[in-house]
Amino acid sequence: MNWTATAVALLQVLIATLVAPLVIGITRQTRARLEGRVGAGILQPWRDLRKLLRKETLQANGVSWISSIGPIVVMASSLLVAALLPLISTLTLPFVPDDLFVVVSVLLIGTVAVALIGLDVGSAFGGMGSSRHMMIAALVEPTVLVAVYALSIPAGSSLLSSIVATRLDAPAVILSPVSLLAVVALFVAVLAETGRLPVDNPSTHLELTMVHEAMILESSGRDLAWLELGSWLRLSALLGLVANLMIPWGLATDATVLALVVGTIALLLKLTVFAAALGAGEVFLAKLRLFRVPELLAGSFVLAFLAVTASYLVT
Amino acid sequence: MSTRTRPDHRSIAFGDWTMNPVEAALTAELLLAALACAVAAVAPASMRRYLAGIATIAMAASGIVAGGLALSGHSGGLWAPTALPTVNLTLAPDRLGGLFIVIASAVTLLAALYAIGYVHGAADSRSAWLAFILFTFGLQMVPAAGDIITFLLAWELMALGSGVLVLTDHRTRPQARSAALWYAVMTQLSFLLILAGFAALASVAGTTTFDALVTVSPTSTTGALAFTLLILGFATKAGLVPLHIWLPRAHPEAPSHASAVMSAAMVKMGVYGTLLVVLRFMPGGPAWWGIVLLSLGGISAVYGILQASVTSDVKRLLAYSTTENIGLIFLAIGASVLLASYHLTAASQAALLAALLLAISHAAFKCSLFLGAGAIVAATGERNLDRLGGLGVRMPWTAAAFGVAALGAAALPVTSGFVAEWTLFQSFIHGATRDAISVAVALPVAVAVVALTAGLALVTFVKLYGIGFLARPRSQGADDAHEVSHPMRWAALIGAGAVIALGVFPGPVAQVLASAVGIGDVATIGFGGLSLPSLGVLLDPMALAITALVCALPVVVVSALSARRHPRRATELPWGCGGARVSPRMQYTATSYAEPLMRVFDDTLRPEQDVVVTHATESRYLVAQVRYRQKLSDVIEVRGYRPLLEFVDRLGVVSRRLQNGSVHRYLTFSFVALIVVLIVVSL
Repeated sequence: MNWTATAVALLQVLIATLVAPLVIGITRQTRARLEGRVGAGILQPWRDLRKLLRKETLQANGVSWISSIGPIVVMASSLLVAALLPLISTLTLPFVPDDLFVVVSVLLIGTVAVALIGLDVGSAFGGMGSSRHMMIAALVEPTVLVAVYALSIPAGSSLLSSIVATRLDAPAVILSPVSLLAVVALFVAVLAETGRLPVDNPSTHLELTMVHEAMILESSGRDLAWLELGSWLRLSALLGLVANLMIPWGLATDATVLALVVGTIALLLKLTVFAAALGAGEVFLAKLRLFRVPELLAGSFVLAFLAVTASYLVT
Repeated sequence: MSTRTRPDHRSIAFGDWTMNPVEAALTAELLLAALACAVAAVAPASMRRYLAGIATIAMAASGIVAGGLALSGHSGGLWAPTALPTVNLTLAPDRLGGLFIVIASAVTLLAALYAIGYVHGAADSRSAWLAFILFTFGLQMVPAAGDIITFLLAWELMALGSGVLVLTDHRTRPQARSAALWYAVMTQLSFLLILAGFAALASVAGTTTFDALVTVSPTSTTGALAFTLLILGFATKAGLVPLHIWLPRAHPEAPSHASAVMSAAMVKMGVYGTLLVVLRFMPGGPAWWGIVLLSLGGISAVYGILQASVTSDVKRLLAYSTTENIGLIFLAIGASVLLASYHLTAASQAALLAALLLAISHAAFKCSLFLGAGAIVAATGERNLDRLGGLGVRMPWTAAAFGVAALGAAALPVTSGFVAEWTLFQSFIHGATRDAISVAVALPVAVAVVALTAGLALVTFVKLYGIGFLARPRSQGADDAHEVSHPMRWAALIGAGAVIALGVFPGPVAQVLASAVGIGDVATIGFGGLSLPSLGVLLDPMALAITALVCALPVVVVSALSARRHPRRATELPWGCGGARVSPRMQYTATSYAEPLMRVFDDTLRPEQDVVVTHATESRYLVAQVRYRQKLSDVIEVRGYRPLLEFVDRLGVVSRRLQNGSVHRYLTFSFVALIVVLIVVSL
């Protein structure tokens, strides 16, 4: 059983890694089409990665080991999150339960690694991006954890597999006010954590607005490839999580081949829909001014807190 | 295991040949402390730091043994009679005391090792060494005390020694004098409150031994009074808001080895005292105790880390972060008391375990951080983060120790801080109940508070490490820095090792901690992982780390293959906005790093900002010079303490009129006083 669960987790990591660039591809393509452009096709992120991995890696004089190890840490953090989350099945790894607090902390390792990479080169841009990135991460934290708390109360556990399994057994939970408020709050937090509009614009290179891009400006070659793939993977995994919280059906609850195939197909469908919806949504949004972001996050915190309150009032 | 009861005849137990292990270890510690003092007093100046340092290490090692024995359940201790017939001085640590002796001694040991390489000038003087030895000895005796008098004596010894240490550099740094004054006043305030609280307890119990104090009911008026006084006293020592005011002054002024002990171990005695009150003297306290501790801790945690996140002085930043960490510990203790009062035993025990995990974790990482900060100051002569940078390449060992400790402070996996916060969150989740409104309200608020604290701690320590150790040096001092001496780097590295060890093998650690407070339901699982069977949760950091390594393996392989074809090429600046590198002063500094937070929390922090624009003489439209100044002071000090001090000052001026030197007036005073006394007596 333990080995099956491990094999399923590895399968999940593999699929998530293969799909992550496509999710970004779909988002960009949807956006391009809606904006009246032809777009580069959904395979373009994969082609970018291949190109980056073949290129020479440049490194500034006098940087520390953070610049070379950091991208691998970012990637490892994203892969670990993909392994832990219930993406295609609710099976959990032996001794490594998919505890939401652990997942959040693993994500933070990636967050911190990118922030340190931004500081390491010693350019003003890197520091600026790093500073903004960490401010957002700090303010997102309460929303995430209170939302987690709200989701945990009905299931009596912070294990994601139990939370999702509760939803599979009793789908009425999904539409309860507690769950709706918590999921919306979590979704806003996911947008902030993954640097999407309206918190950060992933396609900008404008000095005054960029956050994530500012930190990775000086990275090149395979470093850049890992940083990009890491952030895409993080987005796909978290989108997959939100999708499975909202539409838990299709998730494999055992390790039979059929269930896993169904689980994989369901994940692909959900991700396609969510990625397209994300791309479509971003067409209508502008990036918020940096100092308006705390207001957005405070708003999502209020939603999360209402969710907790509601969980005491509404059964 | 031999148990020893109190002897009938009052005799000093020193000469007793049938000593049990705890007695033997405590005796050894007393003797070694005396030896260390003697060595520090007579050793020649050139050899002093080696001899006194080694003697202090020996004393600390015997303390670790004594504490370890008490922690593992050996009882026993030392008694000495005093001039008062019924009062004995007792050193008889219980398991909880043993735990805190181990914490205090281990921190002392690292600090003494560090001091061998670190002290020079005033910090290497005879008086500084004596103060350090007496301070750390008092520190180890506080949790060993078995009665009120011994406790208070050890407490004062600790306060006195640390007070002298704060004054060490008073010749070169005038701020040290003011810091020492603040510290002395606050620590005496703490002493008075504790004395009054103990007096309230003893008035009911009729004796001063700890074992007899349990007769006070927590719900009685005396119980409430004693709780309030003792908690205020201990909170002052622990540096909780609004009584934290001495921390950011005293910690930076003391030499770094002393600040490490003060921050990692001494403030922990406030925690120990609080645990004594809620676990040993008056177990089963009412819900409002929990709420009080929870609020005190929550406010301190957020305020402390918010101040830390915008502070640029390395040691001041660490001092504020201590307020945060101790706040979290109090929050966990409060949650435990609150949950216990509603009979949510499993969650309450998890919260208590979290408090102890937070305590040892803080001891490990804060010790390492302060020692690292001392290394930075020694190597660069700079304490201001805005003038540091690039130390990672110049001081790789210190950077490694500091980095690991910073990860622990930011509570990231797989460090001790992460395990502690995870346990705290689990207790919150499993304590959720709709039967008690106070719990239903307090827990989600506590989750949000801890989460915000954790988030801000992340910014703070990314800033501290990123600005201090990465990028390019921002001053000549930082550019010229070299790695520090072996004892200094080893002390910091051992502390960092403890942060990792406690984080990777939390199971056995938690079992030991649980035994100290009588929690049974803790198990080790997997590769040293922690399991709480009654909550049905487990955390195995080693398995998590292995999974992460398995996931990272393909990435490493691909990187290695790619590196073989295209090795890294060093260049001046790969992109640099198309330009070349400019002055290192153009980098982001600690102040600019914290600027977004400063704006977001502007209402709480209230920074003073001035922009002075000087115009050219020829025309108002030409700017000759722009001067920007930002000053950040502690709001509580400015709004709370300053007015209070002014009020006391005014009161002093007014009361001076009472004392005008006229004998007639004094005679009138005596007469009036006499009449008042007579009236009172006759009532």
